[in-house]
Amino acid sequence: MALEVNITKKLPGFELRVEFKAEDDILGFLGASGSGKSMTLRCIAGIVTPDTGRIVLNGRVLFDLENKINIPIRERKVGFLFQNYALFPNMIVEQNIGFGLPKNISKDEKKYKIQKKIIDLQLNGMEKRYPYQLSGGQQQRVALARVLVVDPEIILLDEPFSALDEHLRNNMIIQLKEDLLKFKGTSIFVTHNMEEAYQLCENIIIIKSGSIDSAGHKDDIFNKPPTLYSAKLTGCKNISKAKKIENNIIEAVDWKCRITFNSEIENDITYLGIRAHYLEISEEYETINTFNFWVVFTTETLFRTKVYLKSNEPIENEKEYDIMWDISKEEWDIIKNKSLPLRIKINPDKVIQMTSTLHGK
Amino acid sequence: MSEFSPLWISIKTAFTATFIVFFIGIAAAWFMAGYKGRARGILDGILTLPMVLPPTVLGFILLMIIGKNYPIGKLLNGFGITLIFTWYATVIAATVVSFPLMYRTCVGAFRQIDVNVLNAARTLGASEWKIFWKVAVPLAWPGIAAGTVLSFARALGEFGATMMIAGSIPGKTETIPIAIYFAVLAGENGNAIKWVILIFIISLGVMVFSDKWAEKQTFLVSSARRK
Repeated sequence: MALEVNITKKLPGFELRVEFKAEDDILGFLGASGSGKSMTLRCIAGIVTPDTGRIVLNGRVLFDLENKINIPIRERKVGFLFQNYALFPNMIVEQNIGFGLPKNISKDEKKYKIQKKIIDLQLNGMEKRYPYQLSGGQQQRVALARVLVVDPEIILLDEPFSALDEHLRNNMIIQLKEDLLKFKGTSIFVTHNMEEAYQLCENIIIIKSGSIDSAGHKDDIFNKPPTLYSAKLTGCKNISKAKKIENNIIEAVDWKCRITFNSEIENDITYLGIRAHYLEISEEYETINTFNFWVVFTTETLFRTKVYLKSNEPIENEKEYDIMWDISKEEWDIIKNKSLPLRIKINPDKVIQMTSTLHGK
Repeated sequence: MSEFSPLWISIKTAFTATFIVFFIGIAAAWFMAGYKGRARGILDGILTLPMVLPPTVLGFILLMIIGKNYPIGKLLNGFGITLIFTWYATVIAATVVSFPLMYRTCVGAFRQIDVNVLNAARTLGASEWKIFWKVAVPLAWPGIAAGTVLSFARALGEFGATMMIAGSIPGKTETIPIAIYFAVLAGENGNAIKWVILIFIISLGVMVFSDKWAEKQTFLVSSARRK
């Protein structure tokens, strides 16, 4: 049971060109806004017709240009959760949920199915309410109930959290994940938020201007982003051009330091990255992979301090820095009294090695 | 009876024309709201034309269609059907002139519906017919109601085209606006004032009533639409 997609579609500004397979779990599409993620979902659902290619869902051909197959939306059995939930504003909750149920089932059966979804999605007491009388979270659950009640073969979720307040999101993500795991089929979740993608999905596809930049299990994508773009998109703030010096030594050109690795390095590594919170203050006795840094300036967020550092040479410009260090306020309060330069350790196990041969920018 | 006949003719004509326009206006609007083809601009223009053309031009065109000496009129005449200078002609004239008001208002109302809502209905397996009746019409209802009222008002006040294809046959095709015109022409100002007051009352009554009604419809839908 799976979804196979291989389509192209010309869009203003770029061409969408995606090819992937999805199994029966939650697949995440991560990309900047306007990268073609939502358009891909719309093509799968049939709302938009691709220019070329083929879409196969559980062995059923939904679209095939060569054989002139283009199944209409209503026959595709594709559940679609819209960004704004798109509930029917003129119908109460139970009418919304029951809308997609076929005519040929009995009234009792219909009632039973609606009631079951109301219980499953904790909408008890909301049956007679109109969508405008519900909170954002409740609207999302009604939309999901409406999708689930017709037994779709796949569920497509188009940025379902973007309309919600920040403080609601965390609970909603946990809730949605539970609901989706009960669904035995493929789900595709589109987002531009890496946190959401990481929490909700098993596998992740990163999309950049209409093409797949990288794909893999979420742990691989987040811990070892294979491309420059995926590193940036997954929140890696420190990126440096790299030059291989010896078998296990790379010079990080922008950071002006040479990093010694424990194993041999591939030849085609062109960039190095390290997440801002992986920098450490080194102990006195350490010499390997520790470097002198001067503090240029700091900024404070709610619980963290961002320290902007420059390596090896005196500071000339107030805003010019080589590397950013993200550290808890408590830790920084201790470190900030030390004399400059700070001895900073770059742990080679935490360093991301990237090839730019794919999509460097 | 004959003294009041323009009143009955006017009301009968306006109601019949509004009834016809209600259905074909909504159907044309729904089609055009979803139509993305190349001829969209032209089609939209043609459907709106009766609103901007002078009523005499419209009357002339209609005359060439249903007149006894023209192809279609002749053909109908062959079947024993005569439209020209009958009550049906008043209905045809009123229908044609009031159609664009219904059409325009409804297209606007349909286009305002969130496409995602319609697409959501499609992904849930609903037929276009079901989407039209259960989603589109209820959501566009305030617009449909407003269009109906405008059409009725326009149909009631129709003069120019009616004059050209239906003439002024007392008891048959003489509507209130035409009765007023001929009363003034004959110098019977008292008679004219009688009709003016009557049409004043009818128009105002319909507007006040329908306004209340439309307000209620708008409230129902917009409160359901509000987030």
